[in-house]
Amino acid sequence: MSQSSSNQRSDAIEALLLQREIEAFYYQEAELLDERRFEEWLDMLAEDIIYFMPLRRNVKYGEHAASENTRQGLDAAWFDEGKHTLTQRVAQIATGIHWAEEPLSRVRHLVTNVQVEQRPHNTDGPMEIEAKSRFLVYRNRINDETDIFVGKRTDLLRHQDSGWVVAKRVILLDQSTLLAKNLTVFF
Amino acid sequence: MSSSIIATDLVRHKEGKIARDIFVSPEVYQRELKQVFGRSWLLVGHESQIPNKYDYFVSRMGEESVIMTRDKTNKIHVFLNTCPHRGMKVCRYDQGNARVFTCPYHAWSFSVDGNKNAPPGGLVGVPHFKKAYQGGLDKSKWGLVPVAQLVNYKGSIWANWDKNAVDFETYLGDMKIYLDAVLDHRDGTPGGSEVIGGIQKWKVPSNWKFGAENFIGDLYHITSHRSVDMVSIGPSGAGRRDTIKLDDEAEKHIIRKPPPRMGSIGFPNHGHGLIGTQPHYAEPDYAASFTLTPIVEEYYKEIYHRRVENLGKQSRVLTPVGTIFPNCSFHGMQPRALFTWHPNGAQEMEMWKWYLVDADAPDEVKNVLRQYYLRYAGPAGLTEQDDMENWNYATSASSGARAGLYPYNYQMGLGFESQATDIKDAIFTASVTEQNQRLFYNRWAEFMDADSWDNLHPDASNNFHDILARSQS
Repeated sequence: MSQSSSNQRSDAIEALLLQREIEAFYYQEAELLDERRFEEWLDMLAEDIIYFMPLRRNVKYGEHAASENTRQGLDAAWFDEGKHTLTQRVAQIATGIHWAEEPLSRVRHLVTNVQVEQRPHNTDGPMEIEAKSRFLVYRNRINDETDIFVGKRTDLLRHQDSGWVVAKRVILLDQSTLLAKNLTVFF
Repeated sequence: MSSSIIATDLVRHKEGKIARDIFVSPEVYQRELKQVFGRSWLLVGHESQIPNKYDYFVSRMGEESVIMTRDKTNKIHVFLNTCPHRGMKVCRYDQGNARVFTCPYHAWSFSVDGNKNAPPGGLVGVPHFKKAYQGGLDKSKWGLVPVAQLVNYKGSIWANWDKNAVDFETYLGDMKIYLDAVLDHRDGTPGGSEVIGGIQKWKVPSNWKFGAENFIGDLYHITSHRSVDMVSIGPSGAGRRDTIKLDDEAEKHIIRKPPPRMGSIGFPNHGHGLIGTQPHYAEPDYAASFTLTPIVEEYYKEIYHRRVENLGKQSRVLTPVGTIFPNCSFHGMQPRALFTWHPNGAQEMEMWKWYLVDADAPDEVKNVLRQYYLRYAGPAGLTEQDDMENWNYATSASSGARAGLYPYNYQMGLGFESQATDIKDAIFTASVTEQNQRLFYNRWAEFMDADSWDNLHPDASNNFHDILARSQS
């Protein structure tokens, strides 16, 4: 085996290990959410996380880049918040009198199509990568109330001493008019 | 108008009993689409959504899609979004810019400006016009259907399908001063608000009237929002909002010289109502707000001083929530928004929400407001999530044959209404009451049963006097 093909093979194994590591991160995240271990889930989010789900619009061909999605930091959205508000959401569920989630819904997160992109990073700072994934989030509550949320997440993941955390998450939900009465689940 | 439904029998407002049918019955629903939504002034949008000529925003009136657009002279029009030829929606986008709308089915095209033969929205293009129609089609008669009446009120756009309806300001009555309080600049100057980009739209398995009646003055649903109060999402940390004195029991924090006591104010001749103050003529003491974000607090302090100067001894009011009959509600203070409860079948509605800010506020202030609005309101809002749960299961638990035998109770404060001070045709109750819900449903029943606007003119109504005549206070 030549030196260069050996290097290629070594790079490929590195990439595979990273891919596996990120997939395991997402599966663990889904496990915590589905098992309602919300406070542990919060630990998987960076203190400065940007958690953003834009509104989606029906626009003419050619105008999608400019106006299909509302803009983070400027426009209305389904979510545009940080860790403080996400922590409040968790605390609200834990009051036991948050009627939209009392009794708790049954929620499952299916995460798939994970694409990891190694990014050049500042050698002084922590390693960050971009990871894209698709989700199907199923919510069933009370008797016959069922919602299916399908979409795409684009994450910025940061490697800290404790492991990976989500530093930014942009969630594209594939609905324009929201077909659910509320958004009480995490994505 | 022949109908087996006699709405005034279903709405026994004098006894405080309202039949569940009006929230669940498909027959009632079909009739209200015509009788209520076909004749009322409905919120369509805001001019800031279509700033340039030919910009358009696709909205709704009742169940139906309408296009709000602006012609080359900057005049705003609202058209029914259906091709007069075979019914196809001529526009399936949510917003955009178009001088002409061309139907995707057979390519009839409609000009926003019209031309010498056609009014705005008129039919200007018909494929094979000469060969296929051979002179038998009068294009001037087959344009997009315009609304019968349209008004731009301080930037908010309202429309009515009934040419015989009273004009918008007569329809509002003195509710106007409360709509002004929503739309006017926080410094007291008229108008000046704009919509934050993006309209939240979502479906709720609930009759639309649950939203309208909640916002017309349900001060009683404190239990619904206890969890968010415990978590505290307010702009200064505590609770849901900055401290405003709603009533002694609900709000413990009282500023030194508070505004006049808030109460329920309702317009029995019109159907509108709100929570708020009666007119007052001096600004209450400055109360710090948005203390979590000092830059925003500083901004509002400056606005406060401008307001004191701008308003002088003029009348002013405060209003956190209200409903303009039938399906437009507002948050007038924190958060600040207009919304519509669109009927989507007897047991479903589509909620639309327009978030408002002062157009000239600094970007940093707008951003803090926006973040606060989003954590409070809408389907993901920590406060409003719980409202939708209540309206959902109130609707579904009312559709049963057995449940249908039992009317809802609206007796709170019945017979204790008094005349509001300095507001025409308005009743006032200082404590928690259902006066506004009662007058809303009474007005709704009048629309349901009336043959025409001849029987609906608010200035000819005795509702206001009748309530006071029956009142013990």
